[in-house]
Amino acid sequence: MSDQLCISGGTLIDPASGTSGPRDLLIGDGHIAAVTEPNRGSGKGAAIDARGCWVVPGLIDMHVHLREPGYEYKETVETGTRAAVAGGFTALACMANTNPVNDNAAVTEYIRERAELAKLARVYPIGAVSKALRGEELAEIGEMHRAGIVAVSDDGMPIMNGGLMRRALEYSAMFGLAVIVHEQDACIAADGVMHEGAVSLRLGLKGIPAAAEEAMIARDIALLARTGGRLHIAHLSTAGAVDLVRDAKARGLAVSAEVTPHHFTLTDAAVDGYNTNAKMNPPLRTQQDVDAVRQGLLDGTIEVIATDHAPHHRDEKDVEFDHAANGIVGLETALPLALRMADEIRLPVERLVGAMSTNPARILGVPGGRLAVGDVADVTIVDPARQWMVDAARFQSKSRNTPFGGMAVRGQAVVTIVGGHVVWRADDVTANAAARPA
Amino acid sequence: MSFSHRHLLGLENLSRDELTFLLDTAASFKEISERDIKKVPTLRGKTVVSLFYEASTRTRTSFEIAAKRMSADFISLSSSTSSATKGETLLDTARNLAAMRPDAIILRHSASGAPHFLAARIDCPIVNAGDGSHEHPTQALLDLLTIRERKGRLEGLTVAIVGDILHSRVARSNIFALRTLGATVRLIGPPTLLPPELKAWGETTSDLHEGVRDADVIMMLRLQLERQGKNFFPTVDEYSRYFCLTQRAVAGASPEVIILHPGPMNRGVEIASDVADGPDSVIMGQVTNGIAVRMAVLFLLVNRAKVHSSSEAEAPVAETRPPAARLRRRAG
Repeated sequence: MSDQLCISGGTLIDPASGTSGPRDLLIGDGHIAAVTEPNRGSGKGAAIDARGCWVVPGLIDMHVHLREPGYEYKETVETGTRAAVAGGFTALACMANTNPVNDNAAVTEYIRERAELAKLARVYPIGAVSKALRGEELAEIGEMHRAGIVAVSDDGMPIMNGGLMRRALEYSAMFGLAVIVHEQDACIAADGVMHEGAVSLRLGLKGIPAAAEEAMIARDIALLARTGGRLHIAHLSTAGAVDLVRDAKARGLAVSAEVTPHHFTLTDAAVDGYNTNAKMNPPLRTQQDVDAVRQGLLDGTIEVIATDHAPHHRDEKDVEFDHAANGIVGLETALPLALRMADEIRLPVERLVGAMSTNPARILGVPGGRLAVGDVADVTIVDPARQWMVDAARFQSKSRNTPFGGMAVRGQAVVTIVGGHVVWRADDVTANAAARPA
Repeated sequence: MSFSHRHLLGLENLSRDELTFLLDTAASFKEISERDIKKVPTLRGKTVVSLFYEASTRTRTSFEIAAKRMSADFISLSSSTSSATKGETLLDTARNLAAMRPDAIILRHSASGAPHFLAARIDCPIVNAGDGSHEHPTQALLDLLTIRERKGRLEGLTVAIVGDILHSRVARSNIFALRTLGATVRLIGPPTLLPPELKAWGETTSDLHEGVRDADVIMMLRLQLERQGKNFFPTVDEYSRYFCLTQRAVAGASPEVIILHPGPMNRGVEIASDVADGPDSVIMGQVTNGIAVRMAVLFLLVNRAKVHSSSEAEAPVAETRPPAARLRRRAG
């Protein structure tokens, strides 16, 4: 066995096997070679001292905008995956709203090639539902499936055509692909720029009511009951949406949902002062909604935490609020925000790891999310006690659009391992330039 | 009492004392406009730039006259004459203007928060002359001055505001300040323009007659005709059937009611001509007061900026208060 690596002294948390306790992890040939009681591992190969840390299956972010091809001034596959590993993510799924749109196999292959060159996190492209995200005709989902997409989504462009949505659910079932939906009725949302409520009224900004999201979720759940297939609701943001998903699950429908760290952390009050780094779509909602999505995580209605990492150039945010781009970067702040939230609502750490690794792996049907012998050696070592300050200037991402700059946080990925290779060490930033070998 | 803010972005965050001081200062400036020679040297050597990204005649002219009566140099830019037509961003335009060292920039913009955005980024006092659907502080100050002159007070008054509350920056500035000063507001319009959260600010109703009943003040808002076709109401004709202020509606108000309108009026749409031109109307008085209010605002911001930039101690109260007598002396 070559390339052996032993991670010793840490607390292994593997929701898939139900393991949660002191274990050493032996990695060989890119896979988990052994999981042993502490100090029983072989002494061969490199060693990582994980005392005081959690050893978890590599985090997987199923909602990222890598911006390449087409918007390389915001982010590239390389900078995006570097931000990912710095945030503890060993894999990510990237949305199709690039330029050209990832609505054909050539673009899918291009993105995968760029990821191979970067040799950082694993990259799983998500194909478009419709050609050019126009919401009119189905894209070549089967061709993209052969090229390696793991789901389909028109994220960023809600599918207003219910007939197309119906066919997308039916057709994607042939490949076992989930349809990931950005739920917002464009007619109800109109030209809104933030959540519609007391804050939008006071600031004189046009609002997007919660009903814009809930109406679309209700439609798609009704379709799902007829069509089969799998529906995954991206960045769910309202209390009513949590109720709709909870009810659908109780009826046994194949629906899953994700929430972003910003939607379980911030409210629309963050927009005060016309802060464009608090402008996103779906918009930040009210405290009642924040409480409800947290409850949804706690009771299992929401299975996934995903970042909706949306890098934008400074010039796209440093403008009047109405004209600012939607979204924030999230890969490098997700873990501490999730840890803080879990602490506040007493969500067990095993469940948190499930939401950030095991469950996205299952929904996308990708490797990882577990640490049993024979599994891929995608591992994140988390120091849950480490205190640090969010400093956007130090992000690995090409973009800096975050509302969390200056925030004191706790918990950090100290080592990120992909396929048995260390791709990130928080304490040795200069060494991080060395990528994993081909 | 002095005015310690560097900018005038809105009235929401001004205290009762600050609002009263602004109104007192404006009242003391009114006399200048009654003189034969309507000019004082107060802002001589100062440069005031107006940057208007939305069409405006009244507000821009009012600011210009105010600045000129104080002897300031006044430069007027609109979106058609600025580099906006060449694609320059608001921030770049404002930075370039600021680099020419004006003493105040007056901004009107269609985006709510645009003046707040600039205030955080350039080193020059900003006066908000209307930002999107957010605030229009000098309009509300002139409304308040007009009401106070006629009624002798603001506290305890019932003010009925009628029209497109949802989109009105005039309504917001007035609501914020009236509530701070102890008045009660009633908000009247079709339900499409009265979101439920408005109830936190005052009673809401879609019945014009009920809304203006016993009101001390009726403040009409201009109906933006371009709202037609967006389903806030079917047609302007139908809107006027329910919300046009007629003599019959006014009859239910307080016998001493006064009627305001920020202009420009759509006669026969939101206000009947006989009401607009009738004995209860104070609309022309509002326009006159607009000059005094804008003189006061420019005076306080530009003078404060002078003190601020020369890093002297805060000017004593007697210095920032502009008694008419002192101004008259300087003028003479």
